[in-house]
Amino acid sequence: MAKRKAPEVNAGSMADIAFLLLIFFLVTTTIETDSGINRKLPPMEDQIDPPIIREKNIFTVVVNKNNQLLVEESLTDIKDLRGLAVDFLDNGGGSGEEACDYCQGKRDPRSSDNPDKAIISLKNDRETEYKIYIAVQNELVAAYNELRNREFSRLNPNLGISYVEADLIYSDPRTSADDKASLKDKLDVVKQLYPQKLSEAEPSKVN
Amino acid sequence: MAKFNKKKSGDLPAISTASLPDIVFMLLFFFMVATVMRDSTLMVQNTLPAADQVQKLDKKDRVIYIYAGKPSSRYVDTYGTQARIQLNDKFGSVEEVGAFVLAERAAKRQELQNVLTTALKVDSDTKMGIISDIKQELRKVNALKLNYTTRVGDYTQNFN
Repeated sequence: MAKRKAPEVNAGSMADIAFLLLIFFLVTTTIETDSGINRKLPPMEDQIDPPIIREKNIFTVVVNKNNQLLVEESLTDIKDLRGLAVDFLDNGGGSGEEACDYCQGKRDPRSSDNPDKAIISLKNDRETEYKIYIAVQNELVAAYNELRNREFSRLNPNLGISYVEADLIYSDPRTSADDKASLKDKLDVVKQLYPQKLSEAEPSKVN
Repeated sequence: MAKFNKKKSGDLPAISTASLPDIVFMLLFFFMVATVMRDSTLMVQNTLPAADQVQKLDKKDRVIYIYAGKPSSRYVDTYGTQARIQLNDKFGSVEEVGAFVLAERAAKRQELQNVLTTALKVDSDTKMGIISDIKQELRKVNALKLNYTTRVGDYTQNFN
């Protein structure tokens, strides 16, 4: 009687399993993309005639070398910065032509006239730490985003997304051109309502 | 008797190695996909600060990277502990930033030259002085689009 060997394991489907795993990893792995806060620097040419801006339309934020925060001349905790910035931008204290009909603020005559006039001025020391600067920038951007989100959902209630989400879809390269065009209009309207006017002073050398 | 011999004589069956190439290729593909090419080695400490109001920086071919921070531990002997700027593979001074950006811009394709963003990858413990200097240099060469690259996280992480 011939010797019978144990049957060999069929390896034919091993490749299929391997490809299954490969496809799984392909789908689940995301290539790491950097993210960060986008800013635009002012161009170099000097303004010969700086426009006159009234004191009440400027929201001053100063960070000193000990990383302390001075908002509108008073020492503030960074946790309150976002709220204060929102209050300032959304104040809408102007009247007549400068009135702001969509603002929901206190309409304090001592604060900003309308979001278009409101300017946030950020000044930091050369000794300020970068991470504190980023935290302040983050909170100021957050204040703008909060207001823009509110207006975006007010103007586009049936869209079901916020301004930030819409902006994300808009900047996604996979979004089709048609969607981009329709989103761009909606985004631009909201940007017009709350334009980001963030001015940075050149840092003080001695302090 | 043959009946009893049969059981003992069987060798262990050889495991087929036919699928080994598949497994190797799978690993290869996985690493090919997951690896991010970094064309310059980091010579500075680079713990990015955290922020949550971030925008994605897609399309790597439209980005110029500038690193800054304290030199890494193995460069401390040569370069000290003062924060330095790293441009590509070497340390650079503030004055060299402008020339570096112009050179990088010239190396890009024509249609991309106007849409470039400069990404600042700066260590969170760096002082703002050096960053302001970089920003001034960027303004001089009209590279106005800027991105402060951060980790995604709550801003309160920056306070410890």
